[in-house]
Amino acid sequence: MKLDSMYQDIILDHYRNPHGKGLRDGDAEVHHVNPTCGDEITLRVKLDGATVTDVSYESQGCSISQASASVLNDLVVGKTVGEAQVVQEAFLELMQSKGQGEGDEEVLEDAVAFAGVSKYPARVKCALLSWMAWKDATAQALAQHPAVND
Amino acid sequence: MTHPFTGLLDTDAIRKDFPVLQRVLHDEKPLVYLDNAATSQKPRQVLEALNAYYERHNANVHRGVHVLAEEATAMYEGARDKVAAFVNAPSRNEVIFTKNASESLNLVANMLGWADEPYRVDADSEIVITEMEHHSNIVPWQLLSQRTGAKLKWFGLTDEGRLDLSNIDELITEKTKVVSFTLVSNLLGTINPVEAIVRKAQSVGALVVIDASQAAPHMVLDVQALEADFVAFTGHKMLAPTGIGVLWGRQELLEDLPPFLGGGEMIETVTMGSSTYAPAPHKFEAGTPPIAQAVGLGAAIDYLSAIGMEKIAAHEHAITEYAVERLLEVPDLRIIGPRTAVDRGAAISFTLGDIHPHDVGQVLDEQGIAVRVGHHCARPVCLRYGIPATTRASFYLYSTPGEVDALIAGLHHVRNFFG
Repeated sequence: MKLDSMYQDIILDHYRNPHGKGLRDGDAEVHHVNPTCGDEITLRVKLDGATVTDVSYESQGCSISQASASVLNDLVVGKTVGEAQVVQEAFLELMQSKGQGEGDEEVLEDAVAFAGVSKYPARVKCALLSWMAWKDATAQALAQHPAVND
Repeated sequence: MTHPFTGLLDTDAIRKDFPVLQRVLHDEKPLVYLDNAATSQKPRQVLEALNAYYERHNANVHRGVHVLAEEATAMYEGARDKVAAFVNAPSRNEVIFTKNASESLNLVANMLGWADEPYRVDADSEIVITEMEHHSNIVPWQLLSQRTGAKLKWFGLTDEGRLDLSNIDELITEKTKVVSFTLVSNLLGTINPVEAIVRKAQSVGALVVIDASQAAPHMVLDVQALEADFVAFTGHKMLAPTGIGVLWGRQELLEDLPPFLGGGEMIETVTMGSSTYAPAPHKFEAGTPPIAQAVGLGAAIDYLSAIGMEKIAAHEHAITEYAVERLLEVPDLRIIGPRTAVDRGAAISFTLGDIHPHDVGQVLDEQGIAVRVGHHCARPVCLRYGIPATTRASFYLYSTPGEVDALIAGLHHVRNFFG
């Protein structure tokens, strides 16, 4: 059934038990909104030198947007900003693939489960909301510490 | 289950007129179209009128001396006659064609912003709207308020999804220049008490603007009975094509108020220094109008009138009563708006436990059921009730009890899926 390609078990698991949810200390905070559906996220990034030490967030939205934020937390915390940007770009590419991409599991891990979402134009924005917020917050955090911006 | 139905239309016959309702979607699921508050489907009669216009009569309207121009003008102006009759307007010259209800409401706001006294909205004026408006009846007034310094005020909502009129005497005062409100809420479904608001507005000399976008398709709309000064609605929600809307306004106001858009067709004479304007309604119809769309609206009105708006209202009331009753049987379902069919239209918004409306809508879609999810361009209503969004099912003259049953079965499936 087509629906199962969107609502993979991995996505539903992250939705029911989101990882890293809640706001904690951060170097930069952003608030992003999906105006078409009202999904919202407040997200903070904490850096230690060039390493992402925490991504914390409060959000409301559909299962896709909630699960995506949880997977984001899993994938970028502990990586350098440069490594995390590689993941972010791979995820963006997957979401823009219109159902054609499969995603590199080596890079994207659980996030490959979102491949099916890319077939649904109305839902791609849901999946990208937290990732765009992370990108924005990270840029702001780096701007405060230009020395580590490699 | 035996539910007593009274006043249902012959939907088997009606549905044959709507080609799109014959569609089957994913895995042979018949389309269950419950997104009528967003836009209605179009009957063959309207599609044929559009085709006939383009295939045989297409020309620009007015001033042409050739056969096609005369035919196109007669068809366009004939549509105006049909609209005037449909809303019981005292004069056909009170019917202004626009592109949609948003443009109609923006037109009124701009007329009042540029008007002379006594209509002019300025820094000493107050504008009154309600918390249940569609964004199209909020933002034009916010713009007018920001540009003139006028104060914007609004009626709040009760927990039951009705307008809270308890502070009407504080809201509508001698300073109020205009009161603008929806006849039927697109999110809550509430039918508002027009008379109480109109009486108060008239007592302070304020103009009354009614957004009838969710009323015109579904019930008898009589602008004289409403006693409003302006009534706005759109064609595409009432079987007509997109791109055609209506602003009805009282003739003496249309004579006094200034034009908003300038251009062809709206003038009397033009020199390089200045212009004089055509009488209403042409004063407010600058440029080539949506001719085919107006013809389509005329055909839609013919279709609706042949069935009868009282009968359509009765059909929808029966469907709504049944839908409210069945929805309230679904565990964790909360209707946002009146929990009865009394004084309510056929748009029903709800939340389903913690399941986000996007997820509800997606799983329903897989079963061929089309609903709308989100804030429905009425975000203040969502804020009022502390919810990010709703799922909305909305019915029309072709909706059936079987489609209500399909929705209910679909919602149980949604609960199981995310359970």
